[in-house]
Amino acid sequence: MSAMRAKQPKGVRLDHISKIYKDPKTGKDFYAVHDVDLTIEPGTFVTLLGPSGCGKTTTLRMIAGFESPDEGEIYLGCEPINALTPNKRDTAMVFQSYALFPHYNVFDNVAYGLRLRKTPKGEIQQRVTEILKLVELSGMEQRMTNQLSGGQQQRVALARALVVEPGVLLFDEPLSNLDAKLRVQMRTEIRRIQQALGITAIYVTHDQSEAMAISDNIILMKKGVVAQMGSPTEIYYHPNSEFVADFIGECNFLKGRVSAVRSGEADVSIDGVDVTVVTDKAVKVGDEGEIVLRPEAIVIGDEGTLPCRVELSCFMGSYQNYHVRVGDTLVKITDNCPISKKVFNVGDRAWLSFDRICAHLL
Amino acid sequence: MASSQGAALDRKKLMADPIMMTTIVLLIAFLTLFILYPLAILLVDSLYGANGLSLETFKRIFQMHTFRHAITNTLKVGFVVGILSTLIGLLFAYVEVYVRMRKVVGGLFKVVSMLPVVSPPFVLSLSMIMLFGKAGLITRFVLGIYDNNIYGYWGIVIVQTLTFFPVCYMMMKGLLKNIDPSMEEAARDMGASRWKVFTTVTLPLLLPGLGNAFLVTFIESIADFANPMIIGGSYDTLATTIYLQITGAMDKQGAAAMAVVLLCITLAMFAVQKYYLERKTAATLTGKASRARMLIEDKSVTIPLTALCALAAVFVIMMYICVPIGALFPTWGYKFTPLTFKWFQQVFTRYRGLKAFRDSFVLSLIASPITALLSMIISYLVVKRNFKSKGFIEAVSILAMAVPGTVLGVGYIRGFANGLFHTGILSGLYGTGLILIIVFVVRSLPTGTRSGISALRQIDKSIEESAYDMGADSLKVFTSVTLPLIKDSFLSGLVTAFVRSITAISAIILLVTPSYLLITVQINEFAEKGAYSIACAFATILILITYGAVLLMNFFIKHFGTSRKIKEAE
Repeated sequence: MSAMRAKQPKGVRLDHISKIYKDPKTGKDFYAVHDVDLTIEPGTFVTLLGPSGCGKTTTLRMIAGFESPDEGEIYLGCEPINALTPNKRDTAMVFQSYALFPHYNVFDNVAYGLRLRKTPKGEIQQRVTEILKLVELSGMEQRMTNQLSGGQQQRVALARALVVEPGVLLFDEPLSNLDAKLRVQMRTEIRRIQQALGITAIYVTHDQSEAMAISDNIILMKKGVVAQMGSPTEIYYHPNSEFVADFIGECNFLKGRVSAVRSGEADVSIDGVDVTVVTDKAVKVGDEGEIVLRPEAIVIGDEGTLPCRVELSCFMGSYQNYHVRVGDTLVKITDNCPISKKVFNVGDRAWLSFDRICAHLL
Repeated sequence: MASSQGAALDRKKLMADPIMMTTIVLLIAFLTLFILYPLAILLVDSLYGANGLSLETFKRIFQMHTFRHAITNTLKVGFVVGILSTLIGLLFAYVEVYVRMRKVVGGLFKVVSMLPVVSPPFVLSLSMIMLFGKAGLITRFVLGIYDNNIYGYWGIVIVQTLTFFPVCYMMMKGLLKNIDPSMEEAARDMGASRWKVFTTVTLPLLLPGLGNAFLVTFIESIADFANPMIIGGSYDTLATTIYLQITGAMDKQGAAAMAVVLLCITLAMFAVQKYYLERKTAATLTGKASRARMLIEDKSVTIPLTALCALAAVFVIMMYICVPIGALFPTWGYKFTPLTFKWFQQVFTRYRGLKAFRDSFVLSLIASPITALLSMIISYLVVKRNFKSKGFIEAVSILAMAVPGTVLGVGYIRGFANGLFHTGILSGLYGTGLILIIVFVVRSLPTGTRSGISALRQIDKSIEESAYDMGADSLKVFTSVTLPLIKDSFLSGLVTAFVRSITAISAIILLVTPSYLLITVQINEFAEKGAYSIACAFATILILITYGAVLLMNFFIKHFGTSRKIKEAE
């Protein structure tokens, strides 16, 4: 396995890419993808994440060549590829439905791309065997694809794309047809293989936990535009908008007014109580703002900074789930390992506190 | 405009794919030259005469009362045949889907649905004459009626109904199977009787489908040439009037104008059927039934319904069997024993049967792979690819479905006899075997394309995209992925094209020259002359050929089809 490395992972540059579609109902043009401008470094795993209709699949299909951008240019490595047909691009895609050839067995499916490239027979044999070993399908060469389980079909699809050593590997929601458990297992597998081969991968999904688990970088899209691009940690803890914060994990938003500014920090007054938060924005005293707080970052106890009243208290096994009211705002809290702590009941008064590093001012 | 870059890139990508480009260009040329142009020339010819652009020709033909009669006759027949076929088809379909019946009856149904496919179009007219005509086996020898006249309106109606109702039956069967039984069970559960369920749930759901079946039959009926020709007597329909206008009155311009009228009628019907009813049918009946239907077992329902259908089925089958048997009697209507093969012998010794079969066989054999491949290519382009002229290709190939053979035949005469636009270019084509082959292809193309499209729709688009993405060009994608996956459908398209070609008559009878003898034309001639025994002998051999082809196809699909490989794996 160590002998196999991606021959040369390529970067991808989307230079102000747009795609216009016609709305089938109104007949009006609209931007399915609007002015997407970003660079994907060679050898990284990047996820295009967003709700359905956000343009992530369209973007991926433009990189593959199935759709043509209406504005902008796509570069693969240094080469502009707008005018290239999909078969001339150094990309390989793993499809949502796997798209295995039902009339071929596993070996022939995987060998398909190599045969197109007129690879010598011996080399095909060797490379297919090697790649099937990598995806743990050794011994299944002669099976027809409909004799395989969903997870195995997924592996064949992956092997078929990997074996041609593409500059960029594309994934179009590849795990959405698998059950939850298998999905977790396969995403670990995909990440392992991508890292082992050092290949560039672009991965489309609408599942935020999948995106977090698998990616070096996440590109979060909304209505055709990039809402935020960054590492999973950045996106989780420093969302740049309410949409991003809300899409990735559960989130609380506390409204307040900036009362003091220091370097990298600010005091925000919420219902007359000052709390300190981290911020990288240029804010000034008197600005209105929202503090983004993850439910697991809040500590509930008999003392703290913000007073609240408990409205829901629900035992969930690994954590206690609270809904509390701070002023007019509903705040969700997950309190881990509740057996070791005081559990509050509905109607109780309590106090909230949090570490300033966990709070982020929008 | 912002979107022009995308369009330009799409165009560029298409250009970068020379095989695809060439295919599209050739296809458009073929469709334009052999479907659109002949129809266009009809319109031009009938409007543009010696004294320039005028409606003279139309005025003239509408003054002919034979033509006015032909219009009312055609519509009357089409209407009645449409209604009768739809009702009988519905009855058969209902019994098959809703009623528990014996296996034998199911077998009868299957035979009935198969027969019209493999037999030449006028077989029922022949047997109708032989059974119920003046010297008919049943009328004269069983009932003792000596002057029964079946030629004319009722003859056509009965024969066409028996020919076309199996199509309605198959259509209705498909629809009924798509009705979710739980809807009807819900109605039953709320206290509705079976009849009430049928009238308040099943029938309303079926209504657009019934309309659809009615119009399809209506179009078939008014386009039908062979049956009115043989059994119509002096009762002329549009198709036969046009034929006589060319062969009898030698009035090509008048025939062209008549053909335009016939074409307008079928096109109007077709437009309603295609763009209104078919869509509505699809909207009310979507998806598969969630589970099996509880079949009706109540004997007071099952026995009369099954008996009725079984009787009708037996009657239809008897009509078909009458043809081979008729060929065995020494003299039909006078001498029934001993059975003899002399007619079959005469087919080959006296009537150049060998040449007729060879010509028909060879021409159809050449036409069928072309048709099958062409329709698969069209369906592939329509379903799987995106390009600008796709709409044109799809529309023209569907349009061909609505063009009656007679109209096409007249169009070819007008369009090619003196070359393109009467300039002499391509005039060498006329009168050759090639133009016959082209007519065969054009006539079978719509059916092939329709079944190709439905076969391709079942294949996930991303399978081909994945091959494309992997580096295969269009040709490679088509040959290594698409074609293997639709091998079965391709094979059946091949055979359907062959059967349709070898049994075709309406367009071909106008175009055939003495250098080619075609079986169907021969049968028509002998039937016209009243030489029924020899016509039956010809028809019997033809049915054997077509049935043989179908058997061969089933054998191939069973042993070499794709589905076998995939099924085996399961």
